[in-house]
Amino acid sequence: MKKITRRSFIAVCGAAAAAMALTACGGSASSTASSAAASSTASSAAAASGTLSGNVATGGSTPLKNVIAAPTQGLAEVEPGVTVSYDPTGSGAGITGATDKTLDIGLSSRALKDEEKNDVDGTTIALDGIAIIVNKESKVADLTIDQLKQMFTGEITNWSEVGGDDGEIVLIGREAGSGTRDGFESIVDVKDSCKYAQELTATGAVISAVEANPLAIGYASLSAVGDTVSMVTVGGVECSEETVKDGSYEVQRPFVFVTNKSATLSEQAQAFFDFATSTDAADLIRTAGAVPVNE
Amino acid sequence: MSNMNKKFLLPRTPAEWLEAVMNFIFFLCGILAVGCVLLISVYMVLSGVPAIRKIGLFKFLFGIRWASTAADPAYGILPFILSSVYGTLGATLIGVPIGLLTAVFLSKAAGPKVRTVVVTAIELLSGIPSVVFGLLGMQVLVPAVAKTFGKASGACLLSAIVVLAVMILPSIVSVSVTALNAVPPEYEQGSLALGATDTETWFKVSVPAAKSGIAAGIVLGIGRAIGEAMAVMMVAGNSPNMPDNLFQSVTFLTTAIAKEMSYASGLQKQALFSIALVLFVFIMIINVLLNVVLKGGSRNER
Repeated sequence: MKKITRRSFIAVCGAAAAAMALTACGGSASSTASSAAASSTASSAAAASGTLSGNVATGGSTPLKNVIAAPTQGLAEVEPGVTVSYDPTGSGAGITGATDKTLDIGLSSRALKDEEKNDVDGTTIALDGIAIIVNKESKVADLTIDQLKQMFTGEITNWSEVGGDDGEIVLIGREAGSGTRDGFESIVDVKDSCKYAQELTATGAVISAVEANPLAIGYASLSAVGDTVSMVTVGGVECSEETVKDGSYEVQRPFVFVTNKSATLSEQAQAFFDFATSTDAADLIRTAGAVPVNE
Repeated sequence: MSNMNKKFLLPRTPAEWLEAVMNFIFFLCGILAVGCVLLISVYMVLSGVPAIRKIGLFKFLFGIRWASTAADPAYGILPFILSSVYGTLGATLIGVPIGLLTAVFLSKAAGPKVRTVVVTAIELLSGIPSVVFGLLGMQVLVPAVAKTFGKASGACLLSAIVVLAVMILPSIVSVSVTALNAVPPEYEQGSLALGATDTETWFKVSVPAAKSGIAAGIVLGIGRAIGEAMAVMMVAGNSPNMPDNLFQSVTFLTTAIAKEMSYASGLQKQALFSIALVLFVFIMIINVLLNVVLKGGSRNER
């Protein structure tokens, strides 16, 4: 016993502490991993109240992350045994995942192409309406998709060219990777060629920047826009839940659940699918910033 | 030698045990900081290097186009590096003269009452969270810049420089005041006795005598400016443009990471870690510089 020196004792303890620190860091490195772990512990604790268990593998479009997070949480209250995993890989990968059956449900933020429909079915669960917002002082009330395209790529730089007062157009957008930016740029066909004066990291920040600058124009999820800024009509159509739903408002895109035609969904995947498309999930989807289609 | 041996034996009395346990706790606290630095360094290198290897070091550091989510992505961070460097330089150019003069005033000229008030104000300034600087910058400075210079948008490099200049003032002032206070009074008395005026004495005797301390304050300020993310993100516009002029909407190294991290994936995410690695190297260089400055100073004083 006397042969254990203080130095070696300290060394052993130090190594143990370092190992603990390493494990702690490993755990917190991935937020998805920790939240998945948290939900699985919650599920095992309350497994008795639900009848189903298991994992639903979903993946694909990044902007759908928030939209499916809502029904995921909602479902956890009814079926605590079911976990939903989500892999942000992009719409293309989501559709491929459903085609080759590596995913239970693929997520896409664009409508399926005809050749893709041979293998998979698409079910639209929500619509993403993107409002074009300008300062309250702006005289411009209507823009066409083509005008938007020219404005955001820098071909039109003065408001007087689109019917406003003389003044340089200040383009306010979101950061690269944002779902709203991706949506706006792909619909207006200005992907990665926008000449933004400001790139902001939140919808709220875009709205307040537009509110503060009389020369600004920006875009934001329909649900987030209040009366601090004006929404312009696009091609004469006002942006509202109704016009997004009936398809007349152009700056919108569908959020699609992609399922394989030849495979039947597992019980838990079916439960998730049913819940996400049910009227119960409508409000949850609306909170996440999209327009629900099933009400 | 017997003393050495005794050190390695297990403690016997309760007092010795307490001593040993406390020693161990202190040791643990000590290695915690070292461990964190090591862990962060290793993690930064491990997660930063893969993207650089994929993109190519030259293309990464000197590429002028950043389009991380484009169909044909480009990961050139030269605009970010230059914006960070220009922003920091600009803030230093504004902040150092003001800070130095404030320090001379506080240390030599100010009466005790004025000094108390100004020192308190500067201490408060250093305690203001950067997000508050950003908020004020966004609400007050950005519209003011737009109005003053007749620009459509005031979210630009100039606004970032002004905000950073104010943010680095406290580091420059407080470190410089300490250095100026430490100048032996005999130096100044000698100068005054030779017939120099107060001003001549301060700038020709006191400031040169305190120069290593003042330099340390400036380097600390530079460190704060280059590492600032929040305040810059709120006023700089954040478009990945080359900083061609003061009114360009720019992205700093810090804000490039902060703004894209939340939705990043794949190579984009790895590239953000690589940016962090570059920033880390910058901070390391500044720290080495600080050490050199401080060491050089103590050698002079000897």
